[in-house]
Amino acid sequence: MFGGFGGAGFPNNLIQALVRKGIKDITAISNNCGTRDGELGLMFKHGQIRHVIASFPGPHSTHFQESFAAQKVTLEFVPQGILCERMRAAAAGLLGFYTTVGVGTEIAAGKEERILNGKRCLLELPLHADYALIKAEKADALGNLTYRLAARNFNPIMAMAATTTVVEVDEIVPIGAIPPEHVVTPAIFVHRIVHAKGVRYV
Amino acid sequence: MSDSALLQKPRLTREQVARCAARELPDGACVNLGFGIPTLIAEYLPPGLTVYFHSENGILGMGRRARPGEEDYDLVDAMKVPVTLIPGASIFHQADAHLMTRGGHLDVCVLGGFQVSEKGDLANWKVPGAKGSGGIGGAMDIASGAKKLIVCMEHTTKEGAPKIVRQCTYPVTALACVHTVITDLAVLDIRPDGVHLREIAPNWAPTELQSLTEVRLIIPADVPFVIST
Repeated sequence: MFGGFGGAGFPNNLIQALVRKGIKDITAISNNCGTRDGELGLMFKHGQIRHVIASFPGPHSTHFQESFAAQKVTLEFVPQGILCERMRAAAAGLLGFYTTVGVGTEIAAGKEERILNGKRCLLELPLHADYALIKAEKADALGNLTYRLAARNFNPIMAMAATTTVVEVDEIVPIGAIPPEHVVTPAIFVHRIVHAKGVRYV
Repeated sequence: MSDSALLQKPRLTREQVARCAARELPDGACVNLGFGIPTLIAEYLPPGLTVYFHSENGILGMGRRARPGEEDYDLVDAMKVPVTLIPGASIFHQADAHLMTRGGHLDVCVLGGFQVSEKGDLANWKVPGAKGSGGIGGAMDIASGAKKLIVCMEHTTKEGAPKIVRQCTYPVTALACVHTVITDLAVLDIRPDGVHLREIAPNWAPTELQSLTEVRLIIPADVPFVIST
């Protein structure tokens, strides 16, 4: 899983480290598929991603689009809010949920459909990851996190839905420096903290 | 008038369509605006009206776009454009943002459209045969959950084909979700008994509108109000 939306809240240093490491055959869960060479674009450029689960690859996801056209990468479309809820189901130990989203559309193919409360709905299954790579503003030494403005987006959700969550932060502060009621992601969901100067692609 | 002559006849501009849609928003409403004409609506709010614009990346209470020098790239809308906040704004994660869209918590959602059917089905996420992967984004969540969904679009394609159709031929976003369609020719309400003409563009006759609409319109006995913008 890779956090980020609209250029904000991407773990760009972690993505660059994955590129340097050269790991291949990754299944990526992310809202978008990169912006030219930025964000996940770099990994598509280096052929590291085999399958992607996304809601909106994006108009400038050039490396993804090339790989997709060449059938080097497969894509599962998930509506954006359902992407969130499938991750939350995984985080919450739920085995699935029913939703009206997607009924009668292309994405209903292969999904169980039933009627609940008089409404047609589809069964959606949880989405779990081995790793979540996320971006936060501050972490304390335990891993309690805060986010800056709309750079929050998918990051707190992904943090809860992976076996191992690695967070890239602008600043690490002492334990207790973040008022407890300001913590957005509790440290229980965070396994590695990387202090890195932000890289941003505008 | 022949169909080809009709296609040359002046229609409302995108700005006028946006202005017309802005009138549908109640004071204090929480509103999501989609891509296309809907993004213009924020610019044409009647004076004195406060609307809390919602963005799927976790903002309620978006203000105007950021001016040069004021941009903060951690504060962007769903189109990646740096924005500002109005007093009373709040920020939350993407799941809560879509809980608001899907759960019917927003007062009005306004989306663009390729086709709307007489039953209120919406097609707005993919053009058949288009290059590339396309993308759904938040459109399906927003359309499925909207308490009131307005679609703003041109009344016909550039070639003159009706976009208000009996059955969508483009890939569908959600079924029976659209309440009102505002086009460059008319304001139409979709109800269980059919598509009702509420307002019509200046200098257009209901018969002319009908000839550019695949669905049989329900036209009130008195002459419909003319859209003034």
